[in-house]
Amino acid sequence: MSDTIIIMPAYNEGGKAGQMVGLIKALGLDADILVVDDGSVDDTAESARAAGARVLRLPFNLGYGGALQTGFRYALRQGYSYAVQIDADGQHEPEYISHLLGPVKAGLADAAMGSRFIGLGEYRATFARTLGMRLFGGIASAFIGRRVTDPTTGFQAINRDVIRFYASDGYPVDFPDADVLIMLHRAGLKTVEVPVVMHQRAEGKSMHSGLKPLYYVFKMFLSIMVTLLRKNTFRRGGR
Amino acid sequence: MDKVQVFALIVSTGLLLGVLELVRRGRLKESYSVLWICTALVVMFFAVFRHMIDWLGQFVGIYYTPSAFFLMAFMFLTLITVQFSVVISKLSQRNKALTQEVALIKLRLEEVESKLAK
Repeated sequence: MSDTIIIMPAYNEGGKAGQMVGLIKALGLDADILVVDDGSVDDTAESARAAGARVLRLPFNLGYGGALQTGFRYALRQGYSYAVQIDADGQHEPEYISHLLGPVKAGLADAAMGSRFIGLGEYRATFARTLGMRLFGGIASAFIGRRVTDPTTGFQAINRDVIRFYASDGYPVDFPDADVLIMLHRAGLKTVEVPVVMHQRAEGKSMHSGLKPLYYVFKMFLSIMVTLLRKNTFRRGGR
Repeated sequence: MDKVQVFALIVSTGLLLGVLELVRRGRLKESYSVLWICTALVVMFFAVFRHMIDWLGQFVGIYYTPSAFFLMAFMFLTLITVQFSVVISKLSQRNKALTQEVALIKLRLEEVESKLAK
């Protein structure tokens, strides 16, 4: 067993999950791969397992944050020192996993967030999405004292303290996003941004449809406000 | 502003602060706080702009301000309780699925243990 685990939540990605696992394995990193099957109805779990990943199968769909947190709980129980969070749909470029792990393993940060807007790649988001990211990125920047260019925190590397933090009940399961950055800062954990390449989403099926964007904005404001009002009880180096 | 408006304002502010505090403490999830916050804000609005109740009441045919106000508050509470019914339905479904999963896992575990013992 390695000291590093790569956690990939997946929901109905079918063969793509297996492909991603294959791509990651081909990099030859010293890390175990865990795919969290969020109640998929297709062959996501089978294709991931066939490609050589360990697979956690949730009895039903919990959503992105819930599936991800299951991975963190597994990582915590198994005693991993480092974890990488990556999407199964191919948006995150696996080559950059080592770029993210670098600062964390060197002890320069507790969490390294991949940002698609620091000069690498040519990611273009929709107007609404860009507006949202600028808004919450700006708010996060103001509160954590460093520039946040990509608040979505979907592609990141973390150490054991952050694994423990994400595995706890305070983790915002519906849209882990800019509020997580503020929570980490309040808990005394250091985050940095690392330039990475992300690809456009292939087809339409997105987490952002219908009333969801409205709820997202409401929830982010509420979550951020509430985080700032909460007393921090997180201590480093705990169990 | 007359007494009943002040009263409504105090109650709705109390509701808003109470709900926000519950969310802050992690006792109320953000997703369930949406309707409560909306309710509190709407009551606050109508407590201050009392004439708006009459304006709305016209559409339904209610010309007695307090009745129109109570109808509106009642409708919000209905929405909230319908949300609860929907959430409870989903929880029951998942509870059932988890219970079944546990029984299935227990059997597999027993079978694996007896195989190991041989």
